[in-house]
Amino acid sequence: MAAGAASGGSATTDTYRESRTWLLLPAWVTLSILVLAPVIMMLIYSFLTKEFRGGVVWEFSLAAYDQFFFDRGLFGDDPPKIEWTYIAIFWRSIWQAGAATILSLVIGFPTAYFIATRSENMRPIWVFLITIPYWVNLLIRTVSMKFLLRDQGPLNDVLINIGLIDSPLHIVNTNFAVQLGLFYSYLPFMVLPIYAAVERYNFTLSEAAADLYASKWTTLRRVLLPAVKPGVFAGCILVFVPSMGSFLAPDLLGGAKNFMIGSLIEEQFKGNAGNWPFGAAASMVLLTMVLIILMFSARQQAKAEKAGG
Amino acid sequence: MAGKQFDIKSYTGFKGITMLCLVVLYAPLLVVTIYSFNASQSLTNWEGVSLRWYADVFTGPESGKFKTAAKNSFVIAIIAATTATTIATLAATGMVRGGKFRFRAVSFGLISLPLMVPEIVLALATLIFFNSIGFERGLLTILLAHIAFCIPFAYLPISARMQGIEDSYEQAALDLYATKRQAFTKILLPLMMPGIISGFLLAFIVSLDDFIITNFVKGAGVETLPTAIFGSVKQGIKPNIMAISTMLLGVSIVMVTISYFVSKSDNTK
Repeated sequence: MAAGAASGGSATTDTYRESRTWLLLPAWVTLSILVLAPVIMMLIYSFLTKEFRGGVVWEFSLAAYDQFFFDRGLFGDDPPKIEWTYIAIFWRSIWQAGAATILSLVIGFPTAYFIATRSENMRPIWVFLITIPYWVNLLIRTVSMKFLLRDQGPLNDVLINIGLIDSPLHIVNTNFAVQLGLFYSYLPFMVLPIYAAVERYNFTLSEAAADLYASKWTTLRRVLLPAVKPGVFAGCILVFVPSMGSFLAPDLLGGAKNFMIGSLIEEQFKGNAGNWPFGAAASMVLLTMVLIILMFSARQQAKAEKAGG
Repeated sequence: MAGKQFDIKSYTGFKGITMLCLVVLYAPLLVVTIYSFNASQSLTNWEGVSLRWYADVFTGPESGKFKTAAKNSFVIAIIAATTATTIATLAATGMVRGGKFRFRAVSFGLISLPLMVPEIVLALATLIFFNSIGFERGLLTILLAHIAFCIPFAYLPISARMQGIEDSYEQAALDLYATKRQAFTKILLPLMMPGIISGFLLAFIVSLDDFIITNFVKGAGVETLPTAIFGSVKQGIKPNIMAISTMLLGVSIVMVTISYFVSKSDNTK
């Protein structure tokens, strides 16, 4: 995901040019077989016919995509109407991921800014504090969140004891709980790129604006924000994309009513009731959306780099 | 620092939001850690400090299941992280020290592919792949999948480190008639060690923590710690799960901390 930053070609030398192919071969082979081939196989599966006990029959069919987008009635011979069920699940995923992204931005931007304006010795420590939770098992973090937010959980206990509320807040199994879970899962992805951008920002620009009688908030909005926009943009992408396809937060915090794409896909492969081509087709729709977003963001980054000289 | 400059940089409320951010990040983990020491059978009442749930994990009715799952998890994480780190170190040398070549961008795209494809999509693609070639699901399929998605996590710190090492050290060795192989093993690798260790530790944690991909490719009856925990949590959160979670949480935090200090250490001076 850190494509731009890590591929930077400036520091490359050619000391080991002759052995380059052999050095890269293990990575090429492993990733081609275990990542690229599976994704291609999934694309093929999405165009096959389903078998009733799970699995596929090797016969070309558009049934999976047809089922995803169109409703042809119980016997399949009504004139096609748009099938809203699955589109609605996708729409909810986009909506939830969007809400989680905004929540992360609102909390993450001030945090990143605060960290970037600490003394040089303190900054790595702050960054470390923000990233530690990310490395803790996502399942454990999500379960912890659920435990904390439960009706009889510690959060409600505290709120009732200090007299803020009389009866427990029902947070688990709501959309908000899922958004909170997603926010919790991916917050460091928002903070780190913004932090990197603010750290590079030349604060004499803000001083110049202040000297010209711009208020502090005007300076923030009109001078700092445009300068760190690529970082903000990158942060939003890095939170939005994994949120959209997430499985654990909606499954554990959302309950059955707050189904997202991840659960829809997972369900197609559980036991014998599933529909593999349909699950593959839903994955392809998700993957296509993600790739479009990533390509769009790569273009934006390239533009920003050009503009920045 | 001049008072005026400080004023321009600081915004009221930003510090408060940062503190709120830390509370949100750490409160759930702290609460689970505290409650894992609860003597009570129920989740809601606090009845004093006790280690009974830790004892339960090791000797209770579910201890057999957890022991097998833990063994699977750690064996897979060690092998997957070692393999991925080796592959990533070689690949980084080819990318960073291999000059310009035609497939450089494509190679980088391939290496970062596991990060770009949504996890659930990669999980099911891997399942479909193993199924289509008739590969029996079990520990081996978990291991292979883990090696693949660990590669970028090992690669990123390693290549970042290598970009920071000037090649003058290797050139000096080559000028003194070292072979390329010697320059690589005697000069570059030792200088790379902090990057390699931190790459290994990150790959190890990522493998140890993975739930989604493992859940798809594991096959019936085979469990790792995350899938065993998920199975238990589906029937409700129990105190022994909180004890296991706290231990796993401890492992992750210790490893990230080591990785942080190792990658900060500078052995090029």
